[in-house]
Amino acid sequence: MDVRLSSEQQAIRASAVQVVDQLGPRAVGQLDDLERADKLDAAIAAAGWRELRMAEADGEPLASGVEAALIGEELGRGLADAPFLGPTLAAELRRLAGAEPATTAETVAFVPSLAGPALAADGRLADGAVAIDAHGIGSALLFLSTGAGRVLAEVALGPADVRTDLTRPTAIVDPATPVSIVGTVDRKSFPLGDDALAGWTALGLALTCADLVGTMRGAIDLTVEYAGSRRQYGRPIGSFQAVQHLLADALVLMEGSRSVALHAAWAVDALPARDALAAAAVAKAYCARAARTVCETAIQVHGGIGNTWECLAHVYLRRALLSSEVLGGAGASLDRVLAHHGIGANHGLQ
Amino acid sequence: MDFSDSADEAEFRLRLRAWLTHNDPGLPASSTDDDYWAGQAAWHQSLYDGGFFGTSWSKAIGGQDLPSVYDVIVDEELAAAGAPPRPSLGYLVEGILEHGNDDIRRRFLPGIVNGRDRWCQGFSEPDAGSDLASLRTRAEREGDEYILTGHKVWTSYSDDADWCLALARTNPDVAKHKGISAFAVPMRQPGIEQRPLPMINGITKEFGEVLFDGARVPAANMIGEPGEGWPLAMTVVSHEREPHALGFAGRYKKLVKDLTSTVRREPTRYSGEQVRDLGWAIVEAEMLRLHVYRRLSDRLDGISHGPEGSVDKLLMTWTEQAVGHAAMAVGGLGLAGDDTWLKVYLYSRSQSVMGGTSQIQRNLIAGRILHLPAS
Repeated sequence: MDVRLSSEQQAIRASAVQVVDQLGPRAVGQLDDLERADKLDAAIAAAGWRELRMAEADGEPLASGVEAALIGEELGRGLADAPFLGPTLAAELRRLAGAEPATTAETVAFVPSLAGPALAADGRLADGAVAIDAHGIGSALLFLSTGAGRVLAEVALGPADVRTDLTRPTAIVDPATPVSIVGTVDRKSFPLGDDALAGWTALGLALTCADLVGTMRGAIDLTVEYAGSRRQYGRPIGSFQAVQHLLADALVLMEGSRSVALHAAWAVDALPARDALAAAAVAKAYCARAARTVCETAIQVHGGIGNTWECLAHVYLRRALLSSEVLGGAGASLDRVLAHHGIGANHGLQ
Repeated sequence: MDFSDSADEAEFRLRLRAWLTHNDPGLPASSTDDDYWAGQAAWHQSLYDGGFFGTSWSKAIGGQDLPSVYDVIVDEELAAAGAPPRPSLGYLVEGILEHGNDDIRRRFLPGIVNGRDRWCQGFSEPDAGSDLASLRTRAEREGDEYILTGHKVWTSYSDDADWCLALARTNPDVAKHKGISAFAVPMRQPGIEQRPLPMINGITKEFGEVLFDGARVPAANMIGEPGEGWPLAMTVVSHEREPHALGFAGRYKKLVKDLTSTVRREPTRYSGEQVRDLGWAIVEAEMLRLHVYRRLSDRLDGISHGPEGSVDKLLMTWTEQAVGHAAMAVGGLGLAGDDTWLKVYLYSRSQSVMGGTSQIQRNLIAGRILHLPAS
């Protein structure tokens, strides 16, 4: 047992820190600075971070879940407003299904609650779908149910818009949007079995946990700084125990989250898919619950300012809310944990 | 990065598992039980003689110079087998190692490690709890001895102890943190009165009061220099805050495993809410296990313990109390007879007080990790 990062992993993290600190939004107003956002997007493209889960010649990913999670964590900390999660999960889907890499940028479409990937039947999406990380991306992967099982399919995306998460726009997929099977050009489709789907879900949960850990770190940093400078009663508010204890609890929640998230990221490639999914469910239950509390603390400690659009605290909260819902939040993940332990089935929890 | 056992670790784990099949003393699988304490000394010695206790300490004091992860393996295997836990007294060893001179180390550490000597800790007093430095027990020099007068409380297992690591004021004329010294006090002598204090779960060994009234301790039993009691106390409590040092992560895993088995036997007896309480306990217990792994790995780089021990202590506390709530949710009040789970719940309330309250931990985190302005 030795869960230290390798020197390569430390270097990857350091480069992500550098990119995010240089090009990420530092204030709500900077979210509208499209020139900056384009530079961030270009830097991520140049670093190849969206390709980490593409297949090497032997079918294995270019990098492990740990490297992807390290980058994801820093992007969350810096509120990076450029796609990462969606394209990474799309690349993983193609790798697991044995499909060729995409020729243009793509993301993944989920059911409208985001709890799982969208699944079309009879060639259409009855309930519609929502594509995550859709800024500047023209298509999204999903599944189509066929006689041969679940196969990889895609839909074209309309323009993305900013809703819950101000840093990662989503695109609504209309139920009438045609769904096409990936690979039909050469009369071949790409099915994804249950094991592969479990492994893919484990990666998705691990990456959302990493983003949540980063989001918590960013929110804590922002709030500790504010508590040290904002003065009331002639003293910094951060000198009051009532405020200190809120922030201490936030830090503890973040550290616990970091430990489970790291394990989930390691498990993606080191454990069988079923065990990786169990590890990811534990991590997601813990991180999603923790992140909401931590971001709420950030808003509370900022007081009135924390409830204004101009304060970054709600940008962290909004990012955490979206990351939480992707592939299931605290409650859904807890139910997965219970299922793994063979309990809960009698209680409508699965 | 690897969360799984190395070849050596796996071999050690299997060896311990095999040893346990013949050497489990059949004591209660929890240190929060008086029957456990009745057999604890023999269990400690047996575990030590088997090569499974004190593994991470140096060979000079009876250890094996192995990394701390071996202690965690012991905790996990003991808990998984339903065997009694590893005695937790690492904090005493660390305090004496760091502050005692060669003579003190040579005289006392091997006996603590091999389990032949029983120890308790005399820090808190009725008027010195969180504010430990205001303690009033006096140690007055008389020839080659000090004479102790004072009142200690929360002295766990003191009635079984041969020795007490006690803090006493040797200089009343300096600032309160500066006038405290630490002693290895022999407990089997006149001048010491023991008063058991039953805890809210009914056990009597864990809490106690010790009254020193003219008890004698050789001056050569002072640990560290005169006035070094406070730094020693800080060393001890910082180790007391570490989940791996206490071995509780294994205990929580075992408790949630037992609760899970209970639900699986008769799933229809439990509501969704009860089962979810158990789910959160499963999540917390797993978090703590992984967190301990992460902390121990940090140690491999030589990063020593510091204020982050307060983070670990809060995580451990939240885990224990989530397990306590699950014990209540699944085990109930025990009105039909077996109130084991009620006792587990009641005991869990002490975790946010012992070893420094959760409020003190938050103060430490705010000041020393977050660097918030002094309150």
